[in-house]
Amino acid sequence: MAMAFIWIGIVLFSLVFSLFAGTSAEVGKAALDGATAAVKLAIEILGPTCLWCGVMEVMRRGGLADGLSRLLRPILTRLFPSTRHNADALTSVSANVSANLLGLGNAATPLGIRAATAFSRDAAAGVATDDMCMLVVMNTASIQLIPSTVAAVRSSLGSAAPFDILPAVWVTSIASVTAGICAAKLLRRLWR
Amino acid sequence: MKNIGINTVSALIIPLVILLAAGAALRKKEDVFAAMTTGATEGLSVIAKILPALIALLSAVYMLRASGAMDALAVVLAPAFRFFGLPPETAPLILIRPISGSGALAVGSEIMGKYGADSLIGRTAAIMLGSTETTFYTIAVYFGALHIKRTRYAIPAALVADFVGFVVAAVTARVMYVG
Repeated sequence: MAMAFIWIGIVLFSLVFSLFAGTSAEVGKAALDGATAAVKLAIEILGPTCLWCGVMEVMRRGGLADGLSRLLRPILTRLFPSTRHNADALTSVSANVSANLLGLGNAATPLGIRAATAFSRDAAAGVATDDMCMLVVMNTASIQLIPSTVAAVRSSLGSAAPFDILPAVWVTSIASVTAGICAAKLLRRLWR
Repeated sequence: MKNIGINTVSALIIPLVILLAAGAALRKKEDVFAAMTTGATEGLSVIAKILPALIALLSAVYMLRASGAMDALAVVLAPAFRFFGLPPETAPLILIRPISGSGALAVGSEIMGKYGADSLIGRTAAIMLGSTETTFYTIAVYFGALHIKRTRYAIPAALVADFVGFVVAAVTARVMYVG
């Protein structure tokens, strides 16, 4: 429902604003132009998106996702204390995080929910545990190694090197995830 | 000169990733081509799934832009954005990013198209898109699935991560790609 209000809000706001700014004619035309632009965008990013989804599937079958999740375990037991005595949760969390790293969004969400369900074993009903909050924070911060959709958009818009943003994306992602983890660790002392 | 180094590295990363993936799958005696096409089919459904939302949202965003309201919004928000080192042109992207993924993609590609994919503002928008997530959607999915009513500090902590992501995106774009 939230999206409905935002969408109607944008349309209504543009309409009212255009009456004052005298841009009504442009707004009417823009509605159709926007729809056309959406289809153009979708077609242009379709090829690269399919290519990357293919590569990611190859990675998964090659066992790279499993390898990553073994690599991540020592870090994850620190971030999620309850995984030390909850093997089921540890497996799901590491699978979730490695799927996120590889940009397998569709695979990451069910794994994350499985991990959260495993956390809920030692929790009061309806109340988020510290590990659950940490998991949600890590899933709301992007830790994708290769932002393929954004690169696809850049290449469709004529970028000379669509992937040249990679180092900046990594630095930014690390900063953002670290900030999220620190905020979660600080806030858990205040929220009881 | 700095750009050449970054370009060479990132130009090599992609073929290397593909090669590494194929090599690992071959060692496990997997049919690499079948895996590739299975994945590509999933890409097809991903795009098909976001297209209706993309049409609705880009239509609305184009109206907003044509009305002149976007420019007015950027002017109003400019002082606050400049305080944190954020380019005011990215204001619409920052506002929609935590709420809608396809909306952010639509707004982001609009910004990249208007200012140029390789411009400073275009790059900043791309880095912001690549290093943040649809926070409220993710929170709704996770806590909805578990019937969690008291989400405690999850939302503020997630928003701190988003905010730091936006600010650092603006810094890295300026430091790594200008001059």
